[in-house]
Amino acid sequence: MPHDHHDHLSPSGHPYREDDDTPLSYWQTMEIAVRELLVEKGITTPADIAAQIETMDARSPANGAQVVARAWTDPAFRAELLADASAATRDMGFDIGPLNLIALENTADVHNVVVCTLCSCYPRNLLGLPPDWYKSRAYRSRTVREPRAVLAEFGVTLPDTTTVRVHDSTADMRYIVIPARPEGTENLSEHELAALVTRDSMIGTGLAKLP
Amino acid sequence: MQHVRVKPMMPPGHVRTPHYLRGKIGVIERSLGAFPNPEDLAYGHAAPALPLYRVRFRLGDIWGEDTPHPDDTLDAEIYDHWLEPADAP
Repeated sequence: MPHDHHDHLSPSGHPYREDDDTPLSYWQTMEIAVRELLVEKGITTPADIAAQIETMDARSPANGAQVVARAWTDPAFRAELLADASAATRDMGFDIGPLNLIALENTADVHNVVVCTLCSCYPRNLLGLPPDWYKSRAYRSRTVREPRAVLAEFGVTLPDTTTVRVHDSTADMRYIVIPARPEGTENLSEHELAALVTRDSMIGTGLAKLP
Repeated sequence: MQHVRVKPMMPPGHVRTPHYLRGKIGVIERSLGAFPNPEDLAYGHAAPALPLYRVRFRLGDIWGEDTPHPDDTLDAEIYDHWLEPADAP
């Protein structure tokens, strides 16, 4: 394909991204105005803002995966995590800020899945930025109405003997799903186990990978 | 098990009680403590802390018994002033 010359491809074969030269929207203008005022009044600096953006971008599901792998291997930590997930993850060294976290454990009997119907609440400090589909109207409206149909589209088909519990993150709590530990992983290290824990498995739309 | 009904109120403005749960009956899954009322916070008003609960609903009690898997559940966080005592549905 690199040598095909289509109008929408660059000579290197990559699609052109259209220039972003539309006028600023009302809210973009508002954001710039507020930001410039905060800088002008000495409340924050451009360097602080850039550093905060870098911190946000640096968070990834790998953080949550470490929490899950530890819960799989350390029964005392698992108990702490289920009792008070904010304290347990903070003790593990994660900067979760003022986040009120609840950990939901998937078992053979119960499958948990998380949605925010009102907006896009998500445990960003542990999982990074939410995927685009998490914020879509389709995911938000259908997950509370027909969770098993949504899960099936993600490739997760559950037996009738498993109860599905949907968690609508409507107010101050954030949720992380602790997926079930896959079979055949008894001899893996915590580090190897963490590599099996996907982002979707911590939202509840996926399962942990098999080794 | 304490059953509660989400009050079928339709106030204007910023609220964090989804429409689809209003008037529905569930049980208190756990108390979460008190949090500043987002209905005041959203407008920069002084926001008294109100008790917040996780309420668990059967999907059948939200969408009707003909919904597939009516015994699957939905948990949501609902503020105290949106809840009233109720009998089991």
